[in-house]
Amino acid sequence: MDPVDGNAIGGLLIDIFGVEMTAASSTCGTCGARRPVAELVVYRRAPGTVVRCRTCGRVLMVFVTAGGLTCVDTAGLASLDQP
Amino acid sequence: MVTIELDPPDWPGHQAGQHLDVRLTAEDGYTAEREYSIASAPGEPVAITVERLEDGEVSPYLTGELRAGDQLELRGPVGGYFVWEPGDGGPLLLLAGGSGVVPLRSILRHRQRTGSDVPSCLLYSSRTLPDVIYRDELDTYHDGVQVSYTLTRGQPAGWTGHTGRINQALLAEVAWPAGANPLAYICGPTSFVEAAAAALVGLGYLPERVKTERFGSTGGH
Repeated sequence: MDPVDGNAIGGLLIDIFGVEMTAASSTCGTCGARRPVAELVVYRRAPGTVVRCRTCGRVLMVFVTAGGLTCVDTAGLASLDQP
Repeated sequence: MVTIELDPPDWPGHQAGQHLDVRLTAEDGYTAEREYSIASAPGEPVAITVERLEDGEVSPYLTGELRAGDQLELRGPVGGYFVWEPGDGGPLLLLAGGSGVVPLRSILRHRQRTGSDVPSCLLYSSRTLPDVIYRDELDTYHDGVQVSYTLTRGQPAGWTGHTGRINQALLAEVAWPAGANPLAYICGPTSFVEAAAAALVGLGYLPERVKTERFGSTGGH
Protein backbone atom coordinates (compact mmCIF):
# COMPACT_ATOMS: atom_id res chain seq x y z
CA MET A 1 0.00 0.00 0.00
CA ASP A 2 1.41 3.38 -1.02
CA PRO A 3 1.99 5.89 1.76
CA VAL A 4 -0.20 8.98 2.01
CA ASP A 5 0.93 12.32 3.41
CA GLY A 6 0.37 14.49 6.44
CA ASN A 7 -2.86 15.96 5.08
CA ALA A 8 -4.51 12.60 5.76
CA ILE A 9 -3.85 12.75 9.52
CA GLY A 10 -5.06 16.30 9.99
CA GLY A 11 -8.09 15.04 11.91
CA LEU A 12 -6.02 12.76 14.13
CA LEU A 13 -3.66 15.66 14.87
CA ILE A 14 -6.60 17.89 15.83
CA ASP A 15 -7.68 15.19 18.30
CA ILE A 16 -4.19 15.07 19.79
CA PHE A 17 -3.02 18.69 19.67
CA GLY A 18 -6.39 20.43 19.74
CA VAL A 19 -5.60 22.60 16.72
CA GLU A 20 -4.99 22.27 13.00
CA MET A 21 -1.42 21.04 12.51
CA THR A 22 -0.98 20.16 8.82
CA ALA A 23 0.45 23.61 8.07
CA ALA A 24 2.77 23.41 11.11
CA SER A 25 6.48 23.30 10.33
CA SER A 26 8.38 20.17 11.34
CA THR A 27 12.11 19.66 11.70
CA CYS A 28 13.59 16.19 11.39
CA GLY A 29 15.71 15.31 14.39
CA THR A 30 18.06 13.25 12.21
CA CYS A 31 18.74 15.25 9.02
CA GLY A 32 17.33 18.64 9.98
CA ALA A 33 14.97 18.86 6.99
CA ARG A 34 12.15 21.35 7.56
CA ARG A 35 8.77 21.04 5.88
CA PRO A 36 5.07 21.37 6.66
CA VAL A 37 3.51 18.36 8.38
CA ALA A 38 1.28 18.02 5.29
CA GLU A 39 4.36 17.08 3.25
CA LEU A 40 5.59 14.29 5.54
CA VAL A 41 5.29 10.64 4.48
CA VAL A 42 2.54 8.78 6.33
CA TYR A 43 2.07 5.02 6.54
CA ARG A 44 -1.22 3.83 7.94
CA ARG A 45 -1.33 0.20 8.86
CA ALA A 46 -3.50 -0.87 11.75
CA PRO A 47 -3.10 -0.39 14.62
CA GLY A 48 -0.66 2.44 14.13
CA THR A 49 0.26 5.45 12.03
CA VAL A 50 3.93 6.06 11.24
CA VAL A 51 5.16 9.45 10.01
CA ARG A 52 8.52 9.58 8.26
CA CYS A 53 10.84 12.31 6.98
CA ARG A 54 10.54 12.82 3.21
CA THR A 55 14.27 13.57 2.99
CA CYS A 56 15.98 10.85 5.04
CA GLY A 57 13.12 8.43 5.74
CA ARG A 58 13.61 8.31 9.52
CA VAL A 59 10.58 7.90 11.79
CA LEU A 60 9.42 11.27 13.13
CA MET A 61 6.15 10.41 14.86
CA VAL A 62 4.16 7.29 15.74
CA PHE A 63 0.51 7.18 16.81
CA VAL A 64 -1.13 4.03 18.11
CA THR A 65 -4.77 4.02 19.12
CA ALA A 66 -6.37 1.21 21.10
CA GLY A 67 -9.22 1.09 23.57
CA GLY A 68 -9.97 4.77 23.07
CA LEU A 69 -6.45 5.84 24.01
CA THR A 70 -3.85 7.18 21.60
CA CYS A 71 -0.15 6.76 22.39
CA VAL A 72 1.98 9.47 20.80
CA ASP A 73 5.72 9.21 20.12
CA THR A 74 7.31 12.33 18.64
CA ALA A 75 10.89 11.44 19.55
CA GLY A 76 12.09 11.68 15.94
CA LEU A 77 11.24 15.36 15.67
CA ALA A 78 13.62 18.18 16.56
CA SER A 79 10.76 20.69 16.48
CA LEU A 80 7.13 21.18 15.57
CA ASP A 81 6.04 24.79 15.20
CA GLN A 82 2.57 26.05 14.52
CA PRO A 83 2.43 28.75 11.83
CA MET B 1 -19.22 8.11 -8.01
CA VAL B 2 -21.75 9.77 -5.75
CA THR B 3 -21.90 13.34 -4.44
CA ILE B 4 -23.49 13.53 -0.99
CA GLU B 5 -24.73 16.75 0.54
CA LEU B 6 -24.30 16.97 4.31
CA ASP B 7 -25.92 19.23 6.87
CA PRO B 8 -23.62 19.06 9.89
CA PRO B 9 -24.91 20.96 12.93
CA ASP B 10 -22.66 23.80 14.12
CA TRP B 11 -20.52 23.60 10.98
CA PRO B 12 -17.96 26.39 11.35
CA GLY B 13 -17.53 26.83 7.58
CA HIS B 14 -14.72 25.42 5.52
CA GLN B 15 -11.95 26.54 3.22
CA ALA B 16 -11.51 25.41 -0.38
CA GLY B 17 -9.25 22.34 -0.39
CA GLN B 18 -10.12 21.03 3.08
CA HIS B 19 -11.46 17.57 3.82
CA LEU B 20 -13.57 15.93 6.48
CA ASP B 21 -13.34 12.56 8.17
CA VAL B 22 -16.26 10.12 8.13
CA ARG B 23 -16.35 7.48 10.86
CA LEU B 24 -18.58 4.43 10.71
CA THR B 25 -19.07 2.24 13.77
CA ALA B 26 -20.32 -1.34 13.49
CA GLU B 27 -22.64 -2.90 16.06
CA ASP B 28 -19.67 -4.71 17.61
CA GLY B 29 -17.85 -1.43 18.10
CA TYR B 30 -15.45 -1.79 15.16
CA THR B 31 -14.80 1.57 13.59
CA ALA B 32 -13.53 2.59 10.17
CA GLU B 33 -12.62 6.15 9.31
CA ARG B 34 -11.90 7.74 5.91
CA GLU B 35 -11.10 11.23 4.72
CA TYR B 36 -13.15 12.80 1.96
CA SER B 37 -12.29 16.08 0.30
CA ILE B 38 -15.03 18.69 0.45
CA ALA B 39 -16.34 19.18 -3.07
CA SER B 40 -18.32 22.35 -2.52
CA ALA B 41 -17.07 25.90 -2.17
CA PRO B 42 -17.06 27.77 1.12
CA GLY B 43 -20.56 29.11 1.69
CA GLU B 44 -22.22 26.29 -0.22
CA PRO B 45 -23.81 23.28 1.50
CA VAL B 46 -21.08 20.85 2.54
CA ALA B 47 -20.75 18.08 -0.05
CA ILE B 48 -18.38 15.18 -0.57
CA THR B 49 -17.90 13.12 -3.72
CA VAL B 50 -17.33 9.44 -2.99
CA GLU B 51 -15.91 6.85 -5.34
CA ARG B 52 -17.23 3.37 -4.64
CA LEU B 53 -14.43 0.90 -3.96
CA GLU B 54 -15.78 -2.64 -4.08
CA ASP B 55 -13.42 -3.87 -1.36
CA GLY B 56 -13.76 -0.68 0.69
CA GLU B 57 -15.04 -0.51 4.25
CA VAL B 58 -16.70 2.89 4.05
CA SER B 59 -17.43 3.82 0.42
CA PRO B 60 -19.88 0.94 -0.31
CA TYR B 61 -22.00 2.14 2.61
CA LEU B 62 -21.84 5.80 1.60
CA THR B 63 -22.59 5.13 -2.07
CA GLY B 64 -25.05 2.26 -1.69
CA GLU B 65 -26.85 2.27 1.63
CA LEU B 66 -26.87 5.82 2.94
CA ARG B 67 -30.28 7.46 2.60
CA ALA B 68 -31.41 11.07 2.85
CA GLY B 69 -31.91 11.92 6.51
CA ASP B 70 -29.43 9.35 7.86
CA GLN B 71 -26.90 10.53 10.43
CA LEU B 72 -23.13 10.24 10.02
CA GLU B 73 -20.27 10.79 12.45
CA LEU B 74 -18.04 13.51 11.01
CA ARG B 75 -14.91 15.35 12.01
CA GLY B 76 -13.93 18.51 10.28
CA PRO B 77 -13.27 20.66 8.48
CA VAL B 78 -9.68 19.37 8.45
CA GLY B 79 -6.57 20.88 6.90
CA GLY B 80 -4.80 24.22 6.81
CA TYR B 81 -2.09 23.54 4.23
CA PHE B 82 -3.81 22.31 1.08
CA VAL B 83 -6.19 25.28 1.00
CA TRP B 84 -6.63 28.26 -1.27
CA GLU B 85 -8.08 31.71 -0.68
CA PRO B 86 -8.30 34.42 -3.34
CA GLY B 87 -5.70 36.42 -1.41
CA ASP B 88 -3.20 33.62 -2.03
CA GLY B 89 -3.22 34.67 -5.65
CA GLY B 90 -1.78 32.69 -8.52
CA PRO B 91 -1.61 32.09 -11.36
CA LEU B 92 -3.13 28.82 -10.26
CA LEU B 93 -2.10 25.48 -11.64
CA LEU B 94 -4.34 22.63 -10.53
CA LEU B 95 -3.27 19.08 -11.33
CA ALA B 96 -5.79 16.31 -10.66
CA GLY B 97 -5.33 12.57 -10.79
CA GLY B 98 -8.68 10.74 -10.80
CA SER B 99 -10.81 11.66 -7.79
CA GLY B 100 -8.05 14.08 -6.76
CA VAL B 101 -10.11 16.59 -8.71
CA VAL B 102 -12.56 16.93 -5.81
CA PRO B 103 -10.74 19.55 -3.67
CA LEU B 104 -9.61 21.33 -6.85
CA ARG B 105 -13.24 21.63 -7.90
CA SER B 106 -13.88 23.35 -4.57
CA ILE B 107 -11.03 25.77 -5.31
CA LEU B 108 -12.39 26.59 -8.79
CA ARG B 109 -15.92 27.11 -7.44
CA HIS B 110 -14.52 29.33 -4.67
CA ARG B 111 -12.63 31.37 -7.25
CA GLN B 112 -15.82 31.75 -9.27
CA ARG B 113 -18.06 32.62 -6.31
CA THR B 114 -15.69 35.25 -4.96
CA GLY B 115 -15.30 36.92 -8.35
CA SER B 116 -11.56 36.29 -8.32
CA ASP B 117 -9.80 36.91 -11.62
CA VAL B 118 -6.73 34.81 -10.76
CA PRO B 119 -5.74 33.05 -14.02
CA SER B 120 -6.27 29.33 -13.48
CA CYS B 121 -5.38 26.18 -15.31
CA LEU B 122 -6.72 22.72 -14.45
CA LEU B 123 -5.08 19.68 -15.99
CA TYR B 124 -7.06 16.58 -15.12
CA SER B 125 -5.63 13.10 -15.67
CA SER B 126 -8.30 10.43 -15.96
CA ARG B 127 -8.33 6.82 -17.11
CA THR B 128 -11.08 7.36 -19.69
CA LEU B 129 -13.48 10.15 -20.58
CA PRO B 130 -16.45 8.58 -18.73
CA ASP B 131 -14.27 8.50 -15.60
CA VAL B 132 -14.03 12.30 -15.60
CA ILE B 133 -15.97 13.67 -12.63
CA TYR B 134 -17.86 17.01 -12.92
CA ARG B 135 -17.20 17.11 -16.65
CA ASP B 136 -20.33 19.11 -17.50
CA GLU B 137 -19.43 21.67 -14.87
CA LEU B 138 -15.76 21.88 -15.78
CA ASP B 139 -16.59 22.38 -19.44
CA THR B 140 -18.57 25.53 -18.59
CA TYR B 141 -15.49 27.41 -17.35
CA HIS B 142 -14.20 30.04 -19.74
CA ASP B 143 -12.95 33.42 -18.61
CA GLY B 144 -9.57 33.02 -17.01
CA VAL B 145 -9.93 29.28 -16.43
CA GLN B 146 -8.41 26.79 -18.80
CA VAL B 147 -9.48 23.15 -18.34
CA SER B 148 -7.77 20.31 -20.15
CA TYR B 149 -7.83 16.56 -19.82
CA THR B 150 -5.36 13.81 -20.43
CA LEU B 151 -6.70 10.28 -20.84
CA THR B 152 -4.40 7.48 -19.77
CA ARG B 153 -6.28 4.28 -20.64
CA GLY B 154 -8.11 4.78 -23.85
CA GLN B 155 -9.62 7.60 -25.81
CA PRO B 156 -12.93 7.94 -27.63
CA ALA B 157 -12.81 8.07 -31.41
CA GLY B 158 -11.80 11.48 -32.62
CA TRP B 159 -10.27 12.53 -29.28
CA THR B 160 -8.09 15.54 -29.85
CA GLY B 161 -7.10 16.16 -26.24
CA HIS B 162 -4.01 14.93 -24.46
CA THR B 163 -3.19 11.29 -23.85
CA GLY B 164 -0.92 9.49 -21.41
CA ARG B 165 0.26 10.32 -17.94
CA ILE B 166 1.23 13.80 -16.86
CA ASN B 167 4.93 14.34 -17.47
CA GLN B 168 7.33 17.21 -17.92
CA ALA B 169 6.72 17.50 -21.66
CA LEU B 170 2.95 17.79 -21.19
CA LEU B 171 3.36 20.28 -18.36
CA ALA B 172 5.76 22.36 -20.43
CA GLU B 173 3.00 22.60 -23.02
CA VAL B 174 -0.03 23.15 -20.77
CA ALA B 175 1.12 24.69 -17.48
CA TRP B 176 2.15 28.26 -16.68
CA PRO B 177 5.84 28.93 -17.24
CA ALA B 178 7.84 28.96 -14.01
CA GLY B 179 8.68 32.62 -14.62
CA ALA B 180 5.05 33.53 -13.89
CA ASN B 181 5.65 32.35 -10.28
CA PRO B 182 2.62 30.02 -10.33
CA LEU B 183 0.97 28.49 -7.29
CA ALA B 184 0.37 24.77 -7.86
CA TYR B 185 -1.99 22.31 -6.14
CA ILE B 186 -1.63 18.63 -6.96
CA CYS B 187 -4.03 15.98 -5.66
CA GLY B 188 -4.38 12.33 -6.56
CA PRO B 189 -2.86 8.90 -6.00
CA THR B 190 0.57 9.02 -4.37
CA SER B 191 2.51 7.94 -7.46
CA PHE B 192 0.69 10.53 -9.59
CA VAL B 193 1.44 13.33 -7.13
CA GLU B 194 5.11 12.39 -6.79
CA ALA B 195 5.62 12.34 -10.56
CA ALA B 196 3.74 15.58 -11.18
CA ALA B 197 5.46 17.47 -8.36
CA ALA B 198 8.91 16.34 -9.51
CA ALA B 199 8.10 17.39 -13.07
CA LEU B 200 7.01 20.86 -11.94
CA VAL B 201 10.13 21.38 -9.85
CA GLY B 202 12.12 20.18 -12.87
CA LEU B 203 10.47 22.96 -14.88
CA GLY B 204 11.61 25.51 -12.32
CA TYR B 205 8.55 25.77 -10.05
CA LEU B 206 9.45 26.75 -6.49
CA PRO B 207 8.93 23.71 -4.23
CA GLU B 208 7.27 25.87 -1.57
CA ARG B 209 4.65 26.92 -4.15
CA VAL B 210 3.81 23.34 -5.09
CA LYS B 211 1.22 22.04 -2.61
CA THR B 212 0.45 18.36 -2.64
CA GLU B 213 -2.12 15.95 -1.27
CA ARG B 214 -1.65 12.20 -1.73
CA PHE B 215 -4.34 9.65 -1.12
CA GLY B 216 -2.43 6.40 -1.48
CA SER B 217 -2.77 3.74 -4.11
CA THR B 218 -6.53 3.56 -4.30
CA GLY B 219 -9.16 6.19 -4.81
CA GLY B 220 -10.11 5.99 -1.17
CA HIS B 221 -10.28 9.69 -0.75
